[in-house]
Amino acid sequence: MSGPLYRLDDVHMAYDGRAVLAGLSLDVHEGEVLALVGPSGAGKSTLLRLLNFLETPTAGSITYRGARYDGDHAPPLALQREVTTVFQRPILLNRRVDANVAYGLRLRGRNDVAERVQRALDEVGLAALAHQKARTLSGGEAQRVALARALVIEPRVLLLDEPTANLDPYNVGLIEEIARRLNAEHGTTIILVTHNVFQAHRLANRVGLLLDARLIELAETQAFFDAPRDARTRAFVRGEMVY
Amino acid sequence: MQAIELILAGDAALAQIVALTARVSGTALLFSSVVGIPLGAFLGLRRFAGRRLLVALLYTGMGFPPVVIGLFVYLLLSRSGPLGALHSTLVPALFTPGAMILAQTIISFPLVAGFTMAAVMGVDPLLRVQVRALGATPVQTVWAILSEARVGVLVSIIAGFGSIISEVGAVMLVGGNIEGRTRVLTTAVVLETGKGNFDLAIALGAILLAIAFITNLAMITLQGRTFNE
Repeated sequence: MSGPLYRLDDVHMAYDGRAVLAGLSLDVHEGEVLALVGPSGAGKSTLLRLLNFLETPTAGSITYRGARYDGDHAPPLALQREVTTVFQRPILLNRRVDANVAYGLRLRGRNDVAERVQRALDEVGLAALAHQKARTLSGGEAQRVALARALVIEPRVLLLDEPTANLDPYNVGLIEEIARRLNAEHGTTIILVTHNVFQAHRLANRVGLLLDARLIELAETQAFFDAPRDARTRAFVRGEMVY
Repeated sequence: MQAIELILAGDAALAQIVALTARVSGTALLFSSVVGIPLGAFLGLRRFAGRRLLVALLYTGMGFPPVVIGLFVYLLLSRSGPLGALHSTLVPALFTPGAMILAQTIISFPLVAGFTMAAVMGVDPLLRVQVRALGATPVQTVWAILSEARVGVLVSIIAGFGSIISEVGAVMLVGGNIEGRTRVLTTAVVLETGKGNFDLAIALGAILLAIAFITNLAMITLQGRTFNE
């Protein structure tokens, strides 16, 4: 495939007349780890929902794998299913852990569900809890199950919406390591939304700053942190931005 | 004691009344679930103009006196009524089990729909976003939400069942309490009480209670461990 995996062209998103994204243009390349940082309310999570095709932009278009989608044209189900999201708060079904991990596979009518689930749970270090009720898990364990549930469907694009907020350092390290391995070994494109600039620095190839519904700056990770072009980016990475 | 004696004696008339009660209320519950659960899910998940009005109508239906619904169905199905005048084989005639099923379906479906709606609205709204993000189609999404709300959905069915198994006014009006044709347990209790056969009336009432208890227990058992969670 030539060209970017995603191309966002002048994307606008508004809820009840309030602009959440205003004229956002962005290319995402296959196999990269892109981090989007910025204060709360900047439009980061909305952008992820658009990239997961859960919503359509108010104006502008999103091109995914060469085909253009907008408010009138949604991608086919098979393409939508190439993308998935792990949210900040893990929302698990009121079932056993293994049933949660198997959910996406069952939606797709896949075979070898038990083996795949076992592998995914091994990956996140929770094989021993496979038969446990999901609601009895700790926050960190629940987030790892949510990650396993995303990994098991082998997504082309994994969207991570503040996946380690409120987690202890052990779970943060584990989730970052899994994300890194997924990207390195499977070429999975990862788009990470985070408040944590250190996490963006550790994981991403490129980093973008979203502020007031706009993409202020997008650059290679080193350049973003060492030589930001925009004064607002400089303030953000130095922790001087009050919001 | 008389209830047990009647059951043990294998009284044919009693067996016929019990069977008709089960058939009428069971069929009505099936219809009201088929209509009420999707309607409740729709009202719980979708936001559209006129939703408030529909929900207000539904809540009104949940408290509607069964005898008034019986009157409404009676007028609807009578020879000069809008449906009775059609003389269609699809329209049940008055004083038949079909008319009783129609009345009981109208009585119970608002309860099934209303409680299902409340159950669905109680599910974390983010779950809907999460299952869609995992690749669920709209139908799979609704199914996932109903599965999460399964205890509430079961309660809606139990409430619907409770509203019709004990109901007497509507089935009396549209069924006519005809021996061997439309007599069910509740109308038989009314009849026997009127005749002064209190022992028999109490016996029939005990059988009615037993049917209600066994049915509810069976539904809870079907849900298995969910009730222990």
